[in-house]
Amino acid sequence: MNQHPQGAAPPPVSRLIDEFHKLPGIGPKSAQRLTYHMLRIPPEDAIALAQAIIELKERTVLCSICQNVTETDPCGICSDDGRDRTLICVVEEPLDILAVERTRGFHGLYHVLHGVISPMDGVGPDDLKVKELLERVRGGSVREIIMATNPNLEGEATSMYISRLMTPMGLRVTRLARGLPMGSDLEYADDVTLSRALENRQDV
Amino acid sequence: MPRPRVSTTPAIVLRQRKLGDADKILTLFTANRGKLEAVAKGVRRSRSKLAGHVEPLSHATFQLAQGRSLFIVTQAETVESFTPIRDDLDRLSRGLYACEILDRFTETGEEHFELYRLLLDTLRRLSVRDDIDTPVRYLEMQTLDVLGYRPELDECVTCRKQLAAVTNYWTAAAGGVLCPNCRPGELSVRPVSPNAIKVLRMLLHARWSDVERITIDPDLAVELERALLEYVRWVLERDVRSAAFIDAVRRPRRGARPPVGPVARIADA
Ligand SMILES: [Zn+2]
Ligand SMILES: [Zn+2]
Repeated sequence: MNQHPQGAAPPPVSRLIDEFHKLPGIGPKSAQRLTYHMLRIPPEDAIALAQAIIELKERTVLCSICQNVTETDPCGICSDDGRDRTLICVVEEPLDILAVERTRGFHGLYHVLHGVISPMDGVGPDDLKVKELLERVRGGSVREIIMATNPNLEGEATSMYISRLMTPMGLRVTRLARGLPMGSDLEYADDVTLSRALENRQDV
Repeated sequence: MPRPRVSTTPAIVLRQRKLGDADKILTLFTANRGKLEAVAKGVRRSRSKLAGHVEPLSHATFQLAQGRSLFIVTQAETVESFTPIRDDLDRLSRGLYACEILDRFTETGEEHFELYRLLLDTLRRLSVRDDIDTPVRYLEMQTLDVLGYRPELDECVTCRKQLAAVTNYWTAAAGGVLCPNCRPGELSVRPVSPNAIKVLRMLLHARWSDVERITIDPDLAVELERALLEYVRWVLERDVRSAAFIDAVRRPRRGARPPVGPVARIADA
C-alpha cells in the first residue's frame, strides 16, 4: 500500500480521498484506490474530469416544471407541444425518465420526486418534490398521475401517499401494473415489461 | 479455506439499505440470534429470486452463510408477507414504526426471542384489526418492560405515595408518574389522565387477548401515543423517525373533505 512516511497521506491526497468517500457506494478502500489512480493518470485527463464536474454543476439546472435535470428551463420534454399535458408520470430519479422514454409508449409529461418516502431514514414527503407536483396539478389541466416509483415498499408507500393527496382533488392516480418484480429497481426493467406495466396501469 | 457456516432461521426484515449497484444490506430480527445484518446479493435486478422475500416487514425463513464480515443470504422463503400492511398507508406507517422501535432498542448479536414474538404478534394484529394504534402502544410498553425500562405506574416516583385517580403528571426523565404535590418545580412533565394511567397499566400487564378487547376513544389514543413516544425517545436518547411518517399520513386524511382548501395548507406547510 502506498503510504506516506509518517503513515498519513499528504493533505492534498487525503482531501481527495475524503471527497471520494462522500460519494454513494464508495468505501474508504475504493476512495484510496481512486485517489492513487488520479495520481498516476496524465494531468490533462485529471483536469478534464474536474472540468466536467464543474460544468455539470454550472450548466445544469432543475426544470422548474418537472424537476428533471436540464440545460434549458423548461426542459425539452416540458416545452414539447406534442406531448399530452393531461398525463404526468411521476418517477423517483431522473434516470427513471430514460427508462420510461425507452419504451416509446408514453407521451405525457414527467415529474421527478428526487427520492422516495423512506420513513426509517427520516425521508418524508416534505423532503421530496411533492409540493411542486401539487402546484402543477392545481393548474387544473392534469387528469391522471401515473406513479412509476420502484416496485418496492418505499415506492409503494410513496405512490399511496400521493394518491391520498391527489385523489380528493379529483385526479385519477394510477400505478404501474404488478408485472414488475417486487424489490427490483425500475432502471433494470426491460423495455417490454415496462411498456406492459405502463399499458396495464391500475388505480392506486 | 474454512467452509462458510450456514444456518437457517426465521426472521422479520426490519429494514434494508442499498449496497453498491444491485445489492442490499438487510437488518433482520431473527428468532434465535436476535438482530443481525445480512447482504442480499443482486436483489435490485429484475430477475432476482430473492427480491420478493427480503422487503421490509417480510416474515421469512432465511438461509444465512457467515461471510467475512457480514452474513450473506443464500436463500429466503416468505412465511408471511403482511400484504394488508403493505397495501394500506395507515397500517404501513404503524408497521414501519414497530420495526424501527425494535431496531433502535436492540443491538446486533443479543438474543431476544420474546421481542421477536412480540413484533410478529404486533404485525399480525396490524394486518387485520381496525384499531392499529393500541397494538403499537402494547409493543412500546412491552419492549420497555422486557429491556428493563418499565415505567412506574402505581406510585409517585418522588414521594412514593399511591397515585390517586386524579390528573397526575407524566415524566420520562424520572421514569413514570408524579403526583400533583410533587409536580411543582419539575420541568418537562405533561398531565396524564386517570384513564390514561389505567390503560398504561393494562398495556404493561395484559396479554394480547386483553389488548384486543379494549376500545380507546380518539382523545385518549392521542394522549397515550404522545406519552409513550416521549418515554421511548427519552430512553433511546434519540428520535424514532417513522413517528413523523405516522403524522404525515394523517395530514391529508384530515384535510380530505373539501378538495382545495386544506390541500393548499399542506402544500404551504
Ligand atoms: Zn421539465
Ligand atoms: Zn408525589
